[in-house]
Amino acid sequence: MPTLTIDGREITVEPGTTVLQACELLGIEVPRFCYHDRLSIAGNCRMCLVEQERAPKPIASCAMPCADKMVIRTNTAGVRKARNGVMEFLLINHPLDCPICDQGGECDLQDQAMAYGFDRGRFHENKRAVKDKQMGPLIKTIMTRCIHCTRCVRFATEIAGVEELGATGRGEHMEITTYLEQAIGSELSGNLADICPVGALTHKPHAFAARPWELRKTESVDVHDAVGSNIRIDARGREVMRILPRLNEDINEEWLSDKSRYAVDGLKRQRLDRPFVREGGKLRPAEWSEAFQAIAARLKGQDGRRLGAIAGDLVEAESLLALKDLMAALGSPHLDCRQDGAKLPGGVRAGYLFNSTIAGIEAADALVIVASNPRREAALINARIRKRWLRGGLRVGLIGQRAGLTYKYEHLGAGPQTLKELADGRHSFFEVLRGAKRPMLILGMAGLARPDGAAVLAEARRLAETAGLIREGWNGFNVLHTAAGRVAGMDLGFLPGESGLDTEGMLAAAERGELAALWLLGADELPMRRLGTAFVVYQGHHGDAGAHRADVVLPGAAYAEKDGLWLNTEGRPQLGRRASFPPGDAREDWTILRAFSEVIDKRLPYDTLADLRRRLFQLAPHFARLDAVEPAPWGEFGRADRLDAAPFGVAVSDFHLTNPIARASGIMAECSRLAAGGAAGTGTHG
Amino acid sequence: MTDAWQPPAAPAQFAFSAENEARARTIIARYPQGRQHSAVMPLLDLAQRQQGWLPPAAIEHVARFLEMPRIRVQEVASFYTMYRLRPVGRHLVQVCTTTPCWLRDSDAVVAACKNKLGVEFGGTTADGKFTLLEVECLGACVNAPMLQIDDDYYEDLTPEATERILDAFARGEKPAPGPQGGRRSSEPTGGPTTLAQFTKDG
Repeated sequence: MPTLTIDGREITVEPGTTVLQACELLGIEVPRFCYHDRLSIAGNCRMCLVEQERAPKPIASCAMPCADKMVIRTNTAGVRKARNGVMEFLLINHPLDCPICDQGGECDLQDQAMAYGFDRGRFHENKRAVKDKQMGPLIKTIMTRCIHCTRCVRFATEIAGVEELGATGRGEHMEITTYLEQAIGSELSGNLADICPVGALTHKPHAFAARPWELRKTESVDVHDAVGSNIRIDARGREVMRILPRLNEDINEEWLSDKSRYAVDGLKRQRLDRPFVREGGKLRPAEWSEAFQAIAARLKGQDGRRLGAIAGDLVEAESLLALKDLMAALGSPHLDCRQDGAKLPGGVRAGYLFNSTIAGIEAADALVIVASNPRREAALINARIRKRWLRGGLRVGLIGQRAGLTYKYEHLGAGPQTLKELADGRHSFFEVLRGAKRPMLILGMAGLARPDGAAVLAEARRLAETAGLIREGWNGFNVLHTAAGRVAGMDLGFLPGESGLDTEGMLAAAERGELAALWLLGADELPMRRLGTAFVVYQGHHGDAGAHRADVVLPGAAYAEKDGLWLNTEGRPQLGRRASFPPGDAREDWTILRAFSEVIDKRLPYDTLADLRRRLFQLAPHFARLDAVEPAPWGEFGRADRLDAAPFGVAVSDFHLTNPIARASGIMAECSRLAAGGAAGTGTHG
Repeated sequence: MTDAWQPPAAPAQFAFSAENEARARTIIARYPQGRQHSAVMPLLDLAQRQQGWLPPAAIEHVARFLEMPRIRVQEVASFYTMYRLRPVGRHLVQVCTTTPCWLRDSDAVVAACKNKLGVEFGGTTADGKFTLLEVECLGACVNAPMLQIDDDYYEDLTPEATERILDAFARGEKPAPGPQGGRRSSEPTGGPTTLAQFTKDG
């Protein structure tokens, strides 16, 4: 291990550490533009120059590996002069249009120019100008500002796995562009604007909207998929302006998927801002008391067995528990949090969690994906698999529909029969799994949300056992959820009670007219036509399918507008915090349920969120251990049964439109249209 | 020459001819297994020789041929000036005007070209036969001034020699490349001064 001296302080580092990284370990700040610790090293901005003893000229510290007995100086007059010179060159062709630049206030170039720039330019010739490039509806380009650090090119190539960005031309004529200016076909493209150290790539939906210092920043979690990405919600007044990723090495690292980031305009559209009651076939605005009375009138004297409740994908744990308690008070056993009908096993946690954990993917050396397209269902888990795959030594097999994943895979088969062959050890990939040190299986919702889902689950469990996926200190069995609220619902037992009906059962009962009333808590992905004549209460935040069918609409709060606990697909509880307030008369969901319980004289025993959480933590103590994954013991789950020969379908057919918030977003609609092969927007789209 | 030259439209389709495809496979086979992308430069050259220039269709064909992302091929093609991303005339006349050639009166060679062809730098004659370009040093300084037509160097030029060469090309002939003043290769203008005996016999 090399030992070197930096500014008179000695440090011993791992072999392969660069001088810049060693400086960081000592807390010495080195300015940089092109260096990024998650990307390969380019060494082309030259901002990180330091002096090395006996070297004839300053060295680029980001690209220089530490060697024994090196003597580095970062604070000499020579270093300062060298960095001043580099900064002056970088600014030669930079337009210095900070007052009209969206990066202003959070710009590396601006900040470092304050430290290393001259107070005036000495370049009196014409600056070069570069035509802006079309990169789709999410990324705005002002290419004259580009300093050619190539971070974006490396991000697209390495992390996103779409080799569509490049640098054409050379020298002064170098330009960053996509091939023939096509939109970037990645679900991680928003990160390009984040890693751009200048204002060349900015967020198009956020263009000219706000300055960073005007925004109120709230740390929260994302609900657009079940990854549980950590986010920062930036709001101004009541309006959520933008969403940025927050660092969490265990989950999203520092990236965020485009849907999580840009569906934010959906929070402003199609909102339910007051209660509605259906009268004469039409929904009319109503007061809260009227709406509650209308429901109470219908529930009065009803047998609890004629009532049901289905929870949607974005719901937080608190309202799930409140609704469960309410249904218990009403005497109904018909509860389900699996609106897609996935045959997830109640009770056995290991049977519905991503047991290996997301960070655990990096330890895996064999992976079989069953009935899932991680790129669409959980873009950041897909990025993690790619990260592991790039390191080499990971073999990936796929059972289900072929998909454009960002790593090479062997297509093993299309349906459950292949899974059975694999579990029987009759498939060649079986040996790959059994011979691996850390083999993994990822089972997607497309495998479970079908009539033989329980049998598919049983086969997957059998494969996990026969191929040795479950070992001391390693659980390679993973269920990849698509709904952020699902794991909390499973943990809380928001499932059919004794002789209770599941989603499919409730739909069938409603069709036969055997269900008097159904409470939909943010559940929109149901075939509403099948609800028959049932009295439908829709509690949620967007005027989507559920509200259209509802007889009474109770306006709730979207994820950015309430405090709540969400468990991601790993079963990791995380706290989402309120960044804004729900619009109009809308209220936080648990308070609506609590208020209604009083109307029907079945008062729920909590008056504050703290009370409710206390009850929650009593029922499920692991909810209180925030950000920690509780390892789940292996158990018996699934039901060995006849497998259907039909090939697996897809769980997410349109990445951009999976939930009511995304469906209300104009930007997601545009992205969806582009992804489906529509023509790119014209230049007038801003 | 009043009518401007109409450059050909970019073809929508491009594929290697059977002969070129065989050559492409030979070229690719020169590189070790897993390093096939290294063949991108010779393959682009092959495509350019077939098409005369590199339209997007040709770049995409090479990308498909090597299973490379298109942008990576585009990067290479736009980096090197010898790849033509716009159509050029049948013969590409590249005149060097860098210091050594300029000191040896490349200005007169340039004037002769412009006069003879009736176009400025970057222009193509109306009949589509010649495209005239100014280039930086082509590395034949010892035989300055010089120009390059297609793959060949014409050196030790005078305005008269330049016009003669261009006339010959216009007639469809191909004059002998190399020094036009009578000396062999880059030997001294007054004849060899060392190994004189050897050279005389040889």
